[in-house]
Amino acid sequence: MGHLRSIWAYRGFILGSAKREFQVRYRNSLLGAAWTVLNPLAMILVYTLIFSQVMRARLPAAGGQFAYSIYLCAGILTWSLFAEIVGRAQNVFLEHANLLKKLNFPRSCLPVLVVVNASINFAIAFGLFTVFLVVTGNFPGWCYFAVVPVLLLQIAFAIGLGVALGTLNVFFRDVGQFFTIVLQFWFWLTPIVYSPSILPEAIRPWVDLNPMARLTAAHQDILLAGTLPDWLSLWPVAVLDLVLLAAGFLLFRRHSGALVDEL
Amino acid sequence: MTSSVTLANVGKVYRMYATRWARLAEWLVPFGKPRHEPKWVLRGVDCTIAAGEAVGIVGVNGAGKSTLLKIIAGTTQPSEGVARVEGRVAALLELGIGFHPEFTGRQNVLMAGQLLGLSTDTVRAAMPAIEQFADIGDYVDQPVRIYSSGMQMRLAFSVATAVQPDVLIVDEALAVGDAAFQRKCFRRIEEFRAGGTTLLFVSHDTESVKKLCDRAIYLHQGTVAALGPAKSVCDLYERSIFGGGAVSGAAAAATPAAPALDPSLSADCEVSYGDQRATIEAIWLEDERGNSANLFGSQDTIAVRYRVRFNAAVSGVVFAFLIKTREGIAVFGTDSAALPGRSQHDFAAAEVVEVRFAMKNNFAPGTYYVNCGVRDDSGETPVFPHRRVDALVFRVRSDPATAAKVGLVNSPTVFEIQPCTTSSPSAPR
Repeated sequence: MGHLRSIWAYRGFILGSAKREFQVRYRNSLLGAAWTVLNPLAMILVYTLIFSQVMRARLPAAGGQFAYSIYLCAGILTWSLFAEIVGRAQNVFLEHANLLKKLNFPRSCLPVLVVVNASINFAIAFGLFTVFLVVTGNFPGWCYFAVVPVLLLQIAFAIGLGVALGTLNVFFRDVGQFFTIVLQFWFWLTPIVYSPSILPEAIRPWVDLNPMARLTAAHQDILLAGTLPDWLSLWPVAVLDLVLLAAGFLLFRRHSGALVDEL
Repeated sequence: MTSSVTLANVGKVYRMYATRWARLAEWLVPFGKPRHEPKWVLRGVDCTIAAGEAVGIVGVNGAGKSTLLKIIAGTTQPSEGVARVEGRVAALLELGIGFHPEFTGRQNVLMAGQLLGLSTDTVRAAMPAIEQFADIGDYVDQPVRIYSSGMQMRLAFSVATAVQPDVLIVDEALAVGDAAFQRKCFRRIEEFRAGGTTLLFVSHDTESVKKLCDRAIYLHQGTVAALGPAKSVCDLYERSIFGGGAVSGAAAAATPAAPALDPSLSADCEVSYGDQRATIEAIWLEDERGNSANLFGSQDTIAVRYRVRFNAAVSGVVFAFLIKTREGIAVFGTDSAALPGRSQHDFAAAEVVEVRFAMKNNFAPGTYYVNCGVRDDSGETPVFPHRRVDALVFRVRSDPATAAKVGLVNSPTVFEIQPCTTSSPSAPR
């Protein structure tokens, strides 16, 4: 509880840093914040045009002109939220070494800052995607809001993993390098670009062992099929989340003293 | 009086691993033997600092001063023992952390203040005072990247000290801006002191420690070598750094009966140069009876003596010496050409002479360094056949006849007071 209270006490710092990071990115650019919108817009356009129009990619099951775009965006946007949190969290202590060494402030603010930053970026892209859904008449209706709990599960998963990796990365810098590679494999091992139905039968049960596959499938169910996700399939993910959060927190707490010495 | 900082058997150890794999092995092998070399940088520090007290920390580089400060500031955890600090700590260990060059001074102040644990409202309320103290005018609304380093320091110091802390940690190594602003900073520290802030002050300058602090801790190789009144601890520290010898408990005795030669007082930072035509073979100091000495009372005779061997024939020779403070301020210097009396000017090769400058000790109590030189004034510009810089150290102790309270010079002073009659004709109006 002490952690939560100190994070609350430093909310000004967290929000200020998030704002600052946002401003730094577009400072001295003519279009400014417009780039925040243009980037994901370009991405959606590319996927829509290249994959669904040019390559004529179609999902085996569903029809519709934009089905594949929606399928892809549902997976990619949420994946990038996960990847950004894990990627930034594993470097967050190294990145802020100077602050950690020179100032006494609650260190747990740093992972929170990572989540806030990643969530802002995600919210912009996902907001645009939502507009796209509405404009093209593919808005799934009320079940759209089911993404919120799924996203929370995903963020919890990312932050537990990220803090554990971030702590380890201070002591063994290989962890960061290694996990960057792991993330690439992980992306392609998760049915984001392709549909799980194209996989051979023998492999499919294995895919389910991947928590990201379950989470991605939930997003795709909600946004493409317009159905509520299979909540039962997410239970193991929720348990894993708790385990990872506990592990990350314990690892961090046990080594947070030595962590500063190592920076 | 309540305690403000309590250190109980505080120690800090760093782990030195022989290879990078050793740490991995240590993490992975359960119940395995430790695979690291412990390196203690601080051990067994016990100290209780009362609220409102000012404590100096002295010690050579690497003695553990910074580590101790970091432990008190809370940025690093002690490996053993307990460090407890009551109230808000402001540590001026490094200024300008959290400043981003692209943002204006005002934005950075807000950010840095929040990083120091102040609420947004507190920082906003303190903003006018911060601006006023930093005194950088309209620059406060300009991006920090166009600031001079001095301006950045001013602003950073202003934020760091915007709100009176319960414990203030100051590393004097951080030089803050110009002399005027430094004075302002010290005044603010003094104000905090008056307001009841506990002060921890690290400095190499023992004079400032003596001035600012009630007590001092002398750290030597990670352990407390001395803890006590600032003056005696600083004296002990000075003695040991100039002597380079072991630290003993006995402070430099300044009784008249004590020998005037402190063997621990020696300069180990001598610089020597010259064109080799002469060699200053030995330099020493004597008292008026001709005994070797390096500890002098006020108005004692100090004789600077040195022996010169000429390696070649030199003409136009002038013998010189200079007394400097540790900061390098020249206090007094003269040479044989400036003094009345006869001096030899021309020397043959292999000739050896001894010179003696006897002067009255008018130096204020403190530590002084001696330069000696053999100068050749025969050419258009003087050249040094040999010059030895900081070759000797001597100390002037204070005794009942010492008049100087501050400054470098001890000028014998007579004080008088008499009742003033308004009719006194000589009184200035």
